[in-house]
Amino acid sequence: MPRVVAIGSAARAFTGGAGEIEVEASTVAQMIAVLESRFPGFGDHVERRMAIAIDGEIHQDADGAILNPHSEVYLFPRIGGG
Amino acid sequence: MSDVLERPADSPLKVVGTRPIRPDGVDKVTGAATFGADFSMPGMLVGKIKRSPHAHARIVSIETKRARAVAGVKAIVTAADFPDLASEEYEGGESASNLRDLSLNCMARGKALYDGHAVAAVAATTAAAADEALELIEVTYEVLPHVIDVEEAMSHDAPVLHAHLFTEGLETRPETPSNIAQKNELARGDLAAGFAAADVVMEGRYTTAAVHQGYIEPHACVAAFAPDGQCQVWSSSQGQFMVRTYCAKVLGLEASNIRVTPAEIGGGFGGKTTVYLEPLALALSRQSGAPVKMVMSREEVFRATGPTSGAVMEVTLGATADGRITAADVVLKYQAGAFPGSPVGAGSMTALACYDIENFHITGYDVVTNSPKVAAYRAPGAPISAFAVESAIDELALKLCMDPIALREKNAVRDGVKAAYGPTYRNIGYVETLEAIRDHPHYRAPIGPNQGRGVAVGFWFNIGGESTAAVHVNEDGSAVVVTGNPDIGGSRVSMAMMAAEVLGLPIEKVRPIVADTASIGFSMLTGGSRTTFATGMAVTQAARKIVADLKQRAAGIWSVAAEAVEWKDGAAHCLDPAKADAQPLSLAALAARSARTGGPITAEVSLTAQGAGPGFAAHICDVEVDPETGHVTILRYTAAQDVGRAIHPAYVEGQIQGGVAQGIGWALNEEYVFDRLGRMENAGFLDYRVPVASDLPMIEPIIVEVANPRHPFGAKGVGEAPIVPPLAAVANAVRRAIGVRMTDLPLSPPKIRAVIDAR
Repeated sequence: MPRVVAIGSAARAFTGGAGEIEVEASTVAQMIAVLESRFPGFGDHVERRMAIAIDGEIHQDADGAILNPHSEVYLFPRIGGG
Repeated sequence: MSDVLERPADSPLKVVGTRPIRPDGVDKVTGAATFGADFSMPGMLVGKIKRSPHAHARIVSIETKRARAVAGVKAIVTAADFPDLASEEYEGGESASNLRDLSLNCMARGKALYDGHAVAAVAATTAAAADEALELIEVTYEVLPHVIDVEEAMSHDAPVLHAHLFTEGLETRPETPSNIAQKNELARGDLAAGFAAADVVMEGRYTTAAVHQGYIEPHACVAAFAPDGQCQVWSSSQGQFMVRTYCAKVLGLEASNIRVTPAEIGGGFGGKTTVYLEPLALALSRQSGAPVKMVMSREEVFRATGPTSGAVMEVTLGATADGRITAADVVLKYQAGAFPGSPVGAGSMTALACYDIENFHITGYDVVTNSPKVAAYRAPGAPISAFAVESAIDELALKLCMDPIALREKNAVRDGVKAAYGPTYRNIGYVETLEAIRDHPHYRAPIGPNQGRGVAVGFWFNIGGESTAAVHVNEDGSAVVVTGNPDIGGSRVSMAMMAAEVLGLPIEKVRPIVADTASIGFSMLTGGSRTTFATGMAVTQAARKIVADLKQRAAGIWSVAAEAVEWKDGAAHCLDPAKADAQPLSLAALAARSARTGGPITAEVSLTAQGAGPGFAAHICDVEVDPETGHVTILRYTAAQDVGRAIHPAYVEGQIQGGVAQGIGWALNEEYVFDRLGRMENAGFLDYRVPVASDLPMIEPIIVEVANPRHPFGAKGVGEAPIVPPLAAVANAVRRAIGVRMTDLPLSPPKIRAVIDAR
C-alpha cells in the first residue's frame, strides 16, 4: 500500500500525531477519500491546503495522479510564490 | 497532464536558448506601453481612498453627508456597501485566501487595523473634488493600543487584533484569543541525540525588518459597472483571473459577469497577487453609473499594500569537528500584518532545504500585527529564514576553520536525499551551483583592507498549476500565441520562442499576446516561478497539436498517410517514396490553403502542470566597509543558479540580477520605520532607500543547467531563487570585513558604525 507521510504539525493534528499512514488507494483522489474517512476533516484539509509529493515529484490539484503500491506520498503545506 | 523532455541529440534547438529582442521592448522603451494608470474611458471619474491615520482603532461612525454635497462627487462607499463575508478560504490566487480577511483588507469594517487601512472611498469628476470630499468624510475613531513588533505581539498582554483569532497548531485549543495565528512545526530524527553527537554548537538570534516589493508601477485600475450588471476591469496585476475571482467574491457578483483585461505591469514581485483597488472601483462605478479610475500614490503603496514580514529567528546548529552538521533547531517568528498569512510556512520548509541533516526541528509562528497585511514577495519567506540559517552556517565555518563552500558541499542535498520538507529530491542542480562558484575566478580573487567575501545559498520550490494557451496560424503563415499570464519577467517572449521552436518558425513570425479573461481559458496568476514552466508546457502542447494538424493537411494534399509526413524547418516534407516529386509545403503554403483543408488552423490546450523542478542558487559577495561612516559598498557579486534550461538566457540573467539587487537592498537599506503611534515614517522612495544602478556593481550571473525532465525543454522556474541568498551573502561578507557578526537587518551605516566603534 502507498505510504503517506505528513511531517508537519498541522497535518498531524488530524491524525492523532501519526506521521506515517498506509492507505489503500491507487489515485490521489482515492487517497484523499480514505484520509477523510479515517480522519474526519483531514481529506478536506489536504485538498484545500496541502501539496502532495509522489515519489519526490510535487503535485497540486492532481486527483487523477496514480499511486503504485510502493509509492511514498508526502503531504506538506501548499506553496505559492511571488 | 504533464509533458516529458523529448529532444533527440541530433536535433539542436534553433530558437530556445537564443536571445531574441523582446516583443514588448519598443513599446516599453518609447513609453507607448499601456500600464495600469494609462488607460482612460469617456466620462471616467477619479476614485480616491480615505485611510485610517491610526494603527489600531475602533471605527465608531462614518459621516459622509458633507462630502456627498461637494460639487462633482458622484459616489462614496464604505464597508456598508460591501457584503459582510463569512470566514471562508477560497482559491483565487496561488493558494487559498480567507475571503473575509481579503474583503476587510480592501475596506475596514468596525476596526482599522493599520495606518493606511482604507475606511471609505470617493468617486468624483475631478481629483480636487475627490480630495475635498475625503477631507469632509468624518470618521470617529476610538484609538486602541497597537502592536507592531512581532515578539511584543506574541506576548500574553499584547493588544489583541482579532477577538476571533485563536492559535492553530497547539496540542489543545487555547481558551483566549491571541495574535499568534498559527504555530507549525517540522521535525525529523532525534534533536537531542544530534546535538549530543556534535563537537561544536552555535547559537544565534537574527532579525529582519518588513520590506516592500518596491515595484515601480503603483497599483492602478479602471472599472466600469454597466447597468445590465456586466463589469469590465482594466488593471495592473499578476493575474487577471485572480482579479476577476476576488472582485466577484468581495462584491458578491458572478465571476461570469466580470471581464478583466490585464494592463502592462511595471513590476509585481508577488505584491500584485491580490486586490486592493479593483473591488472599490467597481463599487464606486456601480453607485455612480460611470467608469472609475483609481491610482495609488507611492505613499499609499507603502502604507496600504503588502510588504513582506519582519521577523525574529533563532538558530542553533550542531556539527562534528570535520564539518558534518548533526542537528539544527530553528525558530521563526514572522509578522503577518493585520491578518493571518505570513510566509512562515514556506520560510520553515525552505530554511534547511539545501542541507542533508538527520536531526532537526523547525518551529514557525504566524503573528498578526498592526501593520499592512503582508503579501507575497519573491520566494515568500525564504530569504528571511535563509538569512538566519546561512549566517549561522557561516559562523559554523568560521568556528571550524572550514571553507564556507566546502562546509556546504559536505552537507549538501543531492538526488535521492529527502528534503527537510519531506519529498525526495530528483534532478536537482545544487551541487553544480556550488561547484560553479567554487571554481569561479571571483572566489580566488584577492581581498583588500576593510573588505570581506561572503557566501550564501538558497532554495525555492517552483510550482506548476493550471494554465491555458492557444496558438493560431495566420493566413500568411505567421502565428499568434495567446496566454492568460501577465508578463512580469519576460515570459511573453519565452512563450513565443517555445512555439517557434515547435512550429519551425523564426521568432519574428510568432506574436505573443496576453489575453483578457473572456478571450482565453483559465490560468493561475503569474507567480511562484510557474509561467515559463507551466504555461510554456501548454504552449508547447498547443504548438504540437498545430504541427499534427498541419501534417494531416499535407498528407491530404499529397494523398499519403499522415505517418508519411515529417515536419521539419517549418514545412511538411513527404517521406513517401512514391511521391518523390512532392515539394515541401511550408506553413505559409498550408495556411493559404486552410479553407480547403479543414478551416482555420488553431489549437488550445489547458492543463495542470505537475513536476516543477526546484531551483537552487549559490552566491558570492564582496564588500568594502568604510570604517569612518559604516557605509557598505558592494564590490563584486557572482550568482550561480540551476535553471533547468534557459529558454531566453538574457531574461534568465535579468531575473538573477534583479533578485540579487532586491536582496542587497533588503540587506543594507530597506525597512519599514514606524513612529511611536504606529505610523509609517518613510513611505516614499526618498526615505525608503532601494538600491539604484550606481549602488551596485555588474552582477555576474552563472547559468547552471540541470534539465527538468518533466518540461518539454527542460525548464525550471527562475525568478525567485536569486533573492534568497543575498541577505546572508552580504551579511557574511560584512562579518568577514569587520570581524563582528551583525544579526539585525538592514545593515545600515549607523548600525555598522556602532559595531565598529564598540570593537
